[in-house]
Amino acid sequence: MELLEIVSAKLNERFPDEIESAALLYDYPVFTVKKDSMHDVLKFLKEDEELNFHFLTTLCGVQTPDEKQLGVVYHLHNMPKNYRIRLKTFFDINKPEIPTVTDLYPTANWMERETYDFFGVRFKGHPNLKRILNVDEMDIFPMRKEYPLEDQARTDKKDDMFGR
Amino acid sequence: MSKKETVYSINQEVIEEKEYSTLNLGPTHPATHGIFQNVLKMDGEIIHEATPTIGYIHRAFEKLAERRPYAQITPITDRMNYCSSPINNMGWYMTVEKLIGAEIPKRAQYHRVIIMELARIADHIICNSVIGVDTGAMTGFLYIFQWREKIYEIFEEICGARLTTNIGRIGGFDKEWNKKTWDLLDIFLKDFPAGLKEFSNLLERNKIFMDRTVNCGPISAEKALGYGFTGPNLRAAGVDYDVRVMNPYSSYEDFTFTIPVGTQGDTYDRFMVRQHEMWQSLSIIEQAIKKMPEGLMHADLPDFYLPPKEEVYNNMEALIYHFKIVMGETDVPVGEVYHCVEGGNGELGFYCISDGGRTPYRLHFRRPCFIYYQAYSEMVKGIMLSDAILTMSSMNVIAGELDS
Repeated sequence: MELLEIVSAKLNERFPDEIESAALLYDYPVFTVKKDSMHDVLKFLKEDEELNFHFLTTLCGVQTPDEKQLGVVYHLHNMPKNYRIRLKTFFDINKPEIPTVTDLYPTANWMERETYDFFGVRFKGHPNLKRILNVDEMDIFPMRKEYPLEDQARTDKKDDMFGR
Repeated sequence: MSKKETVYSINQEVIEEKEYSTLNLGPTHPATHGIFQNVLKMDGEIIHEATPTIGYIHRAFEKLAERRPYAQITPITDRMNYCSSPINNMGWYMTVEKLIGAEIPKRAQYHRVIIMELARIADHIICNSVIGVDTGAMTGFLYIFQWREKIYEIFEEICGARLTTNIGRIGGFDKEWNKKTWDLLDIFLKDFPAGLKEFSNLLERNKIFMDRTVNCGPISAEKALGYGFTGPNLRAAGVDYDVRVMNPYSSYEDFTFTIPVGTQGDTYDRFMVRQHEMWQSLSIIEQAIKKMPEGLMHADLPDFYLPPKEEVYNNMEALIYHFKIVMGETDVPVGEVYHCVEGGNGELGFYCISDGGRTPYRLHFRRPCFIYYQAYSEMVKGIMLSDAILTMSSMNVIAGELDS
């Protein structure tokens, strides 16, 4: 049976209302989960005997193109069976709060700090939620789309031909 | 600077008064091999607590990538793990190829394998010889480093650059390798085993070296997995996880090689795992040369692959494609992809979201160094300062990859 079906069946049985979507993107099964149950879903996936996603490959932030929502993306891995899945959750940009997963995966510590540093996602219960790569005095979250890389007021670099 | 700390126990009110001193290790210290700072709380020469500060050479790669066309992101990847930048380049190309659904000819894939294994050898040479230097054995470093130079000469012949290589293209290679490249590669394959053997003889069973490295900065397999270790550091702890075997890319399934694993996860095991991986890499390169298939050096990707120069001057379509590629005006299909390769330090992942434009919407690098360096403060707790230096160099923390 395909991994997508196995995980969907398990998740739908245990969390009937919390899974917003499930799809196969390229080689990865991807699930969108409601933000409040993210921690429970990860805990279930880690502790379930068959799935046992014991390894957090990476965790990163994203922003939706309408700039109204932020998201966190988790890549999980079960090494013995070589199962890999991706979980996403989205929440309002004005209230970017989500429970930490450092209690399940110690490696999430710096990954969550990095996500906080660049997107301003506040991980509730994180032991040391401080900026990690940027200077402590910084007062913006630079990876958000509202901070463009180049100064948008400049006219000398405008290139209307290509619609940049 | 020193401060007094009172230690309380349940039965007695005060059992001892300890005086800790604070020591700043780094940011620019010759023994840290890169720009990291560790504020150490020392009890004599024993480390009581270490607080790492990172981000000294942060260059906002993920933000930069959001405004760059796909082909122009390759030079960014060079500057992450600059000891093995070809692996980063190839990993990025494969991510884009997965996104656009390109099929790469076997010949180009085999060439990529040769490049990646050479880069892995160069990466491991740096790490292992530096472990030697940190134990006070300068000789091994002096002898083995010339082989890294030979590898860089091969890279130079292929792409013109040595350290930040930007080697190859999306879809394969820009041209066939010239004869000099193959000659240099032959000389390397003929002479390097003796050089590596000499290096092994100097260190592997050396009493002083073993006394310094065995049981120095060990980590258990469970802890290593919890902290997200991958690559040689995880294998030294006894977990045989290698991306080349688990998720074969670029025809790695065609080659026979073994994955060395350690047992203790200490500095000596990390050193030995890297030593054996160099031998395995050599064997993979030899197999790739022996089995080298005929065919093209690049995929049929007119949107990404620069047409030959003669055609650009004589043919309208080629000129249009040339212009579009150079200006970075090629749209990439909407998609979301994660691709990982076995880098010098572990699983190097690229998570790329494309919204259909000329640049990625979001690009996240899974940098193995960044992820496993967080275990450092726990690994050095209670060990001597000189062992902490050794632990850091055996973990092969590369500042460029750490800070992105």
